Amino acid sequence: MQNSFAYFLDQLINGLTLGSIYGLIAIGYTMVYGIIGMINFAHGEIFMIGAFVSIITFLLLGMAGVTWVPLALIIVLVVAMTLTAIYGWTLERVAYRPLRRSPRLAALITAIGMSIFLQNYVQLLQSARNKPMQPVVSGGVQVFEQQGYVVSLSFMQMIIIVLTVLLMIIFTTVIVRTTLGRAQRACEQDRDMAALIGVNVDRTISLTFVMGAALASVAGLMFLLYYGVIDFYIGFLAGIKAFTAAVLGGIGSLPGAMLGGILIGLIEAFWSGYFTVEYKDVAAFSILVLVLIFRPTGLLGKPDIEKV
Amino acid sequence: MAVSAAEGIDIRPLNLAAMVREASITALVVFALAIGLVGFETLDVPGGVAIRTRFADVAVVMALAFVGRIALILLREHRPRPVLIVAPILTAIMLVLLLSETIFGSESGAALKRFMPFHDPVVLWGVVAVTVILAVRAAYAQTHVSSSLTLEERDARMDRIGAGVQRAARLLGPLLLGAAIVLPFMPFADRRVLDIGVLVLMYVMLGWGLNIVVGLAGLLDLGYVAFYAVGAYSFALLATQFDVSFWVALPFAGLMAGTAGVLLGFPVLRLRGDYLAIVTLGFGEMIRVILLNWYSFTGGPDGVSGIPRPSFFGLAEFSRSVPDGTAFHEMFGLEYASIHRIIFLFYLILAMALVVNVFTMRIRKLPIGRAWEALREDETACRSLGINPRNTKLTAFGIGAMFAGFAGSFFATRQGFISPESFTFIESAVILAIVVLGGFGSQIGVVIAAVVLIGLPEFFRDLQQYRMLAFGMAMVLIMLWRPAGLLAHREPTLRLFGRDKKPETNS
Repeated sequence: MQNSFAYFLDQLINGLTLGSIYGLIAIGYTMVYGIIGMINFAHGEIFMIGAFVSIITFLLLGMAGVTWVPLALIIVLVVAMTLTAIYGWTLERVAYRPLRRSPRLAALITAIGMSIFLQNYVQLLQSARNKPMQPVVSGGVQVFEQQGYVVSLSFMQMIIIVLTVLLMIIFTTVIVRTTLGRAQRACEQDRDMAALIGVNVDRTISLTFVMGAALASVAGLMFLLYYGVIDFYIGFLAGIKAFTAAVLGGIGSLPGAMLGGILIGLIEAFWSGYFTVEYKDVAAFSILVLVLIFRPTGLLGKPDIEKV
Repeated sequence: MAVSAAEGIDIRPLNLAAMVREASITALVVFALAIGLVGFETLDVPGGVAIRTRFADVAVVMALAFVGRIALILLREHRPRPVLIVAPILTAIMLVLLLSETIFGSESGAALKRFMPFHDPVVLWGVVAVTVILAVRAAYAQTHVSSSLTLEERDARMDRIGAGVQRAARLLGPLLLGAAIVLPFMPFADRRVLDIGVLVLMYVMLGWGLNIVVGLAGLLDLGYVAFYAVGAYSFALLATQFDVSFWVALPFAGLMAGTAGVLLGFPVLRLRGDYLAIVTLGFGEMIRVILLNWYSFTGGPDGVSGIPRPSFFGLAEFSRSVPDGTAFHEMFGLEYASIHRIIFLFYLILAMALVVNVFTMRIRKLPIGRAWEALREDETACRSLGINPRNTKLTAFGIGAMFAGFAGSFFATRQGFISPESFTFIESAVILAIVVLGGFGSQIGVVIAAVVLIGLPEFFRDLQQYRMLAFGMAMVLIMLWRPAGLLAHREPTLRLFGRDKKPETNS
């Protein structure tokens, strides 16, 4: 069974789905790192909040009698993105902005504190129990069959992958073509200089957090749809893996984050499929260590020159 | 007002509309934050999840945000008087509500309680704390020229406090040590107090160990608990599989943890600060996952149980009757009491923690200790002075890990049972918070932070669920308030002209 092409294809599809989720979270890490040079450790928690807002919205829609799935999905998407984006904005405004000129360790420890805070905040408000949800989208298409082993691509996986691609296109357009994107790239290169030529640096950084949080909330929604169960702790592991993805792709590089996400998703899926499912997290961390040792700038990253 | 006006602070006319607008925006943001997670509660019901609304809480939070923002604006605009009047009134109302049952008796008290926003008194106490702080700030602004200090002023002031504490440490240190030594013989020292004492000392020891890595060498290690786990498991497995006694296994456990530190540190120590943090975090999780899944070796989620208790230096056991050997109470002709073991554990961890402390104090004066601190300040400069950064960092990492291993074996022998549950990331974060709160590199700061963070919550068990929330918040607030750590004060380890002499200034 494990040697068949069908099995391989199955893992490939799983890996791509998982990788899309990681990639979307990783973009938030990479953007924030690019622009203010800090690891937003609480980003995983933002993803988790996105998942919680999604499940609450789904339940409310169910109570309100909205049963047409596409409409429900769009409403949940909009609500989750908006509310979670405000969490991202507040996080930056309250916890990170005052520390922008402080040593890096201070910012990192603040981020860890924020992560612990948000985790327990959600735990207190929504209890520590698992929150299961009925599958919203069911069914799929059969794509391949070999010796009775059927490989199917579920509609859920299609939605996840298509939505990710769509968001990536929108996102890349924003970065490459709009004024905001230009301001972001300017701030990334030199914040003081950007401020001198009239870029509103505070606003640009705020919007970066808003965009990152919005994408993370989409990832949270996808996680909820895909696994059907969430709890307050999902942000921790997903956050670390997404960070690994961002480092793997080259931190600061947006296509790198997506590529890294897909790679981590694939590695995890194939590792679970061909070796043992228990050690899949170890595999992801080992990759992180190996990348940092042998190619600290990541796959698509630019070399970082240390100036004295 | 007269005071500040006289000092020439420019008081702008108050723009009421702008003030209300600013406060409204704050309330709106708070609404957006609260409506999802506070406004709706997911409830577990058979067959799925149901929803309950909590709109009243959202409204209260919004109102508080609105009022609070206005208070802050008034303080910023040097108009503290309204705050000074309103904040105490609010505090009083809250307190009356909170204590209604004790003031008015249970019946009318319960009736009053219905007006209480939030059903959890802890949240309300938090609100009371905020109003009190606002009132104090307003009072301060009323009598002083400027109500808020700039970051530099605040830093300078905290630096003086830090220096004061450090000077006091000469006195405070022996005093605390004396208090710790006599604690078991105090009349109030029952089992519970001693247990908390042991717990606090364990974290003091871990904090001092991590202080070598984070405080002295400046390496942010988020996976410190991994070495703690290695030490605990080394000891537990040696003791249960090979019947090795505590005193034989202890150095071995430290050695194993130290080796693990060097092995893990070797490839990653050339990474920069925040990358190192994430990689160590990854290592911490990796070790936990391995402990969880290597069933044949570690027992997986079942952990290791039946770990032997430490004996009195191999001479006597702490049990009522010992078949082949001496019991502690027989040896000293005492009445048997189960608390003897706890007292012994207390002194054991006290001694172990002191060893770490003395070691750290001494090694700071050796070339290697000086190299750690120099490396923390400027790696490039160190490199050009011929210090090998990797080896220097490796020694700090290894020694820190070794002490974690010692603490781990103590943990194992105290609990008698260990499982991967005890070695989660949160544990690392707690130890790190102790070091950070204490001010990186300050030995006495670690003690104070451990007492505050570990000891206090143990006495307020019913606040347990809020503990980590307050913990995260404290980490953020302390960093915002003082990025160098609360009691941070870096005394130069070497002076050109001795301690009290000042170099003559040539003008």
